[in-house]
Parts: sequence; structure tokens; C-alpha cells
Amino acid sequence: MKQLNWRVITTHTICIIGVIFMSLPVWIAFATSTHSAETILRNGLQFWPGSDFLPTYHEALFVEGGVMKSVLGITMLKNSLILGLGFAIGKVIISMLAAYAIVYFRFRLALPLFWIIFMTLLLPLEVRIIPSYEVVSGLGLLDTHAGLIIPLIASATGTFFFRQFFLSVPDELLEAARLDGATAWGFFIDILVPLSKTMIAAILIIMFVVGWNQYLWPLIMTTKEENYTLVIGIKQIYQILADGGELPQYQKAFALTILATLPPVLVVLVFQNWFVKGLVESEK
Amino acid sequence: MSKVQLTNVRKTYPNGAEAVRGVDMEIESGEFIVFVGPSGCGKSTLLRMVAGLESVTSGQVLIDDRLINDVSPAERDVAMVFQNYALYPHMTVRGNMSYGLKNRGLPKAEIDQKVTEAAKMLRIGDFLDRQPSQLSGGQRQRVAMGRAIVREPKVFLFDEPLSNLDAKLRVQMRIEIKRLQRRMNVTSIYVTHDQTEAMTLADRLAVVNDGKIEQMGSPIDLYNNPATLFVASFIGSPQVNLLPATFDGQHLISGDLKLSGFGDLPTSTELVLGIRPDELRLDESGPFLLRVDIVEQHGSDNLIYGGVLGAMNDGDQETEFCFKTSQDMLPDLDSTLKLGFNDERAMVFNKVTGERLR
Ligand SMILES: Nc1ncnc2c1ncn2[C@@H]1O[C@H](COP(=O)(O)OP(=O)(O)O)[C@@H](O)[C@H]1O
Ligand SMILES: [Mg+2]
Repeated sequence: MKQLNWRVITTHTICIIGVIFMSLPVWIAFATSTHSAETILRNGLQFWPGSDFLPTYHEALFVEGGVMKSVLGITMLKNSLILGLGFAIGKVIISMLAAYAIVYFRFRLALPLFWIIFMTLLLPLEVRIIPSYEVVSGLGLLDTHAGLIIPLIASATGTFFFRQFFLSVPDELLEAARLDGATAWGFFIDILVPLSKTMIAAILIIMFVVGWNQYLWPLIMTTKEENYTLVIGIKQIYQILADGGELPQYQKAFALTILATLPPVLVVLVFQNWFVKGLVESEK
Repeated sequence: MSKVQLTNVRKTYPNGAEAVRGVDMEIESGEFIVFVGPSGCGKSTLLRMVAGLESVTSGQVLIDDRLINDVSPAERDVAMVFQNYALYPHMTVRGNMSYGLKNRGLPKAEIDQKVTEAAKMLRIGDFLDRQPSQLSGGQRQRVAMGRAIVREPKVFLFDEPLSNLDAKLRVQMRIEIKRLQRRMNVTSIYVTHDQTEAMTLADRLAVVNDGKIEQMGSPIDLYNNPATLFVASFIGSPQVNLLPATFDGQHLISGDLKLSGFGDLPTSTELVLGIRPDELRLDESGPFLLRVDIVEQHGSDNLIYGGVLGAMNDGDQETEFCFKTSQDMLPDLDSTLKLGFNDERAMVFNKVTGERLR
């Protein structure tokens, strides 16, 4: 009994330390964002919330010139959402179709193709960023949402997960569907997609967070301020701060940071059940 | 109502496995045919070629005189019931049953009517809005059947549909399948490795061995007149008793045993004598001395297993007999019984080729 107590206490202590260690910086960023620029400049980072929450966030989101020269915080938030959603949805669609082809159409190159796709894991965007830029600019897609999203949506990870999932679906389901007169497309839409829904949800969530946090590619792709995402905005606002001039608006920089972390956190919190389900079990 | 015809059908899998090696068969309209054989003998492959789920390497498959080797499964108008049911897990029972009809573009009202009708016939009307995961094994089996019958196909195909059920349910469903088939009068092919299932369901039985049809005929015909050693030992439960022997011109010789009543057999080959367990009888002047090993009481009758003293052994294994007798016959273990047999009904096979000689 005593031993058990000790064990409980130890594990809890370790967990609590971990939680503090990871969430403290976020807390400090939030607390600091609710103070005035003068307080921060004079006293540095703040641990307790201040009284400027509403004016700061209002200005950051809705007032022209509040954070950037012209673009509103809310517009950057919208751009980020478009990028995150487009990125996630695009990846799910493309990788499901690729996995479907690889698993169910027994053409000779299926396996080599799968391994080639898999090997692209070794070639992240950063490696091919210049040719990708070249292609997108050649297509006249610079500074567009399409140009921002499309080069990112091929997904080896997604293809791999869907492939493994499809392989675990019993062959008899396909056979029954064939006898029932389902076409290749019908089997995909009527049977595979509904069966994969937890898997789809899990990948959507992961990919949304990854897409939301994209930095280098949007930075290179977007030249106009109106296309900035939040993540780019944060980088720019710090640059403006560094350039000096007027009183540095640290509280707004922190506010943007908090705003940028909120949607991914919300998505994960709201959908965590789906997320865990998708990764550990499958409906069959 | 449809005929099915197979002509010299063969299947070689891409990995070189020869699963079916030349099968000829004619199935009459409305007939219930059972393919029975040990696991791996090629019976599923044969069935799946009729369904269109496996390509035919050579030979012809015809339904109603139409060559269907290259016709897609959907257009063959056959329905199949799988061992693991293969129900669509995310659809309700209704969804499962109507999916095939929907794909055929039937109007919704007609689909509903057919599904309701089939559900009533199978007594699953109360579960139409449940998902397969909320059903018991027997109910899932019924839904799988329902999915097959709503389509009113030309041919029903069953691949070991009852193997996943417990023994009692299996017997119930067996009777129900038979009743349903009678009532709908649809040509059916049923694959099983269970000889009891095969015997009780079939109009005609095809015993499959190593990719070939060993013998085809009515169940009782195959039981009474097996053409080969394989068929004799596969059909009948408990299994036929087999005794290795040779012929000396007048008697069958097996070890110290000398059996009369046989003539006209080759003297140069090794033979096997086959006696069904119910053809043995207590007989003080009989040739066999059985040392009682195990007595199984099945209720109405007892099965007595034991070694045959003095008989020729097959390798190291002592030759064992099973004696089927009445429920009041309860010999002590290790006691001996003197047994005779009905030599009219005894069978003799060539041990090497398996061919029936008598
Ligand atoms: N897809 C396949 N590829 C290669 N060999 C196969 C395949 N399916 C079955 N076989 C082989 O063909 C033979 C017959 O299999 P099957 O028809 O499933 O037998 P059964 O249903 O009588 O148990 C077996 O030896 C099996 O190993
Ligand atoms: Mg089989």
C-alpha cells in the first residue's frame, strides 16, 4: 500500500513537472500579451495577466495598421485557416486516391511506385523548394491560395497510413461489392471512405496542424501582405519590432502568437476522441 | 432457374499453384450441388471461378449456355455468401441488403419491397436498422443470405457459410438454407469441408481431391458406392474402417487374419479392405478380435474404438476399427470383442491407385 502511494506520487510529480515545463511559456506569452507596451518595455515578461486584454486583441485582429502595415489580424487568421484546411483536405484526398490505386489495382508497378512515394519522405519541401517555386511561378500561381497549397499536398505519410489501413480491409468486402455490381469508384466512395472515416479524421487533424504551422514555403510564396498567414505575420511583426522606430508593440506580437496557437489546440481538443480512435483502432 | 456447365476448367495461380486441374460438370436448373473435400483441394477456387472472382486459366464456364469466362462478376448475375459474411460494416442491415439493387438502378420503392420481403423470409425484419456489429453470428449469417436472395440471382454460391457458427446453430442454419433453396428453387453451389453438411444438403455431391472431381453423385450413392478409396474415407461418419491386405487367390490376407468371401482380385498388388462401422457385428465365429480402447456414447448408439489383434499394420500404426453398435453395448476397456462383417457390403481398393476393385 505504501509502495503504491509512492509510485503514484512519483509518477504524478513527473507528469506535473512535464505539464508545467511545456505550458509555462505559453502562459507567459498570454499573460504578457495582456499588458501595455510600456509595462513590458519597463518590466519585461509578465507572469500575471494585466488589464489590456481587450484593447490589445481587438487592435491585433480588427484594426488596420494594428499589427502589419495594412493587413488585419483576422485576415491573416483566415489565410492560415485556408492554408491549414486546404493542406489537410488536399493531402487526405490525394493520399487516399494514391493508396487506393496501390492496394486495389494490381498493376505491376504498384509496389515500386509505393516505395518511390515512400522515399519522398526523405525529400522534404525544403530540399526542393527552389524548383517548386520555379514551377509555381511559371504557372503564374505566386501569391495565390492554390499556389500556396498544391505543391504541398502530396503526402507519403498519408499514403502510407491509408495503404496500411486498406491492406487490413478484408478482401471479401471488395468481392462482395463486385458481386453487388459496385464500380471501382463506387467501392471507393460507398465502402472504403466510410470505413476509413476515423483514419481520415486523424490524418486531417495532424495535417491541419502541420499545414497551419507551415513557415518557409508561405514565406517564399507570398509577397503581398494581404496573403500573409499568422505564422508569417508573427515573423514580420518581430522584424518590425527589431527595425525600431516607435515604441515596440511586444504585447501584440504575443497576442498574435497566442492567436496562432489557438486553432490547432482547439482542433486537437475537440477532435481528440476521433484522433485516438483513428490511430489505435479501425472499424471492420 | 439456370444451368451451370463447366468444361475442362483449370486454374493455375500466378505463383504456379495448380488449384484446379480439369473439371467437367453439368449442373441442372434448381439443383443443389455441394463441393466437398479437404482443405486446400481447390473447391473454393472452383466456386470463385463460377463467381468471376478468379480468372479461368483454361476451359469454359457457362451459365444458361452463355460462355461467361470473361464476363464481370456483376453481370453474371450470381450471389455469394462468404464464410466471414463480408457484410459492409458501416451500413445497416437494410443498407447491406439493398446495396446490390441500388447499383442496378432499381427504384427505391421496389428495393424497399424486396428487402422487406426477404427480411421476412429470413426473420430479420426486426433488425433492418441495426448495423452488423450489433448482431449475433447467426443473425449476420441470415443478413448475408438476405443480401444474396434479394437480388434473385441465377445462381447462389456459398463458400463454407456455416463454419463460423457454433454446432447447434450450424445444424439450424443448414436446415434453413435447404428449406430456402427448395422454396426459391435457385441453382446453388455450396462449398464445405464438412461431410455431414455435404451429405445433408446436397442433391448431388462432388467430392474434390487435389484439384479434380473424384466422384459426383447423390449423397447416398457416394456413400454406398464410392469409386475410390478417397471418396470412401471422406464420406461417412464415423469414417470407414480400413484394413491393409493382400489377396492369395482365395482369401484376403492381413497379418494373421484370413478373410474368406472374396474372389477375382489381383494377387500382386497391395489392397485395402474397407468396412463401414455399421457393417460390423458381434459374431463369435467372426474373423476380427477387437481390443476395446474407447467407448463413445452418442445416445442412441455407441461407438467402440480399438485395435484389431493380429491384423497387418500400416507402418508402425496399429490398425484401428470403429464399431457402431447399440446404446446398451458397454464392454470393459481392454476386453476383447469378436466381430464379423457383412462381406457383401465390404469394399476392396487398390492401395496405390485408390481405385475400387470390388
Ligand atoms: N490467391 C492464391 N494464390 C496462390 N495460390 C492459391 C491462391 N488461392 C488458393 N491457392 C492455392 O490453391 C489451392 C486451392 O485453394 P482453395 O481453392 O482455397 O482450397 P479449398 O477452398 O478447397 O480449401 C491451395 O493449395 C492454395 O494454396
Ligand atoms: Mg476454401
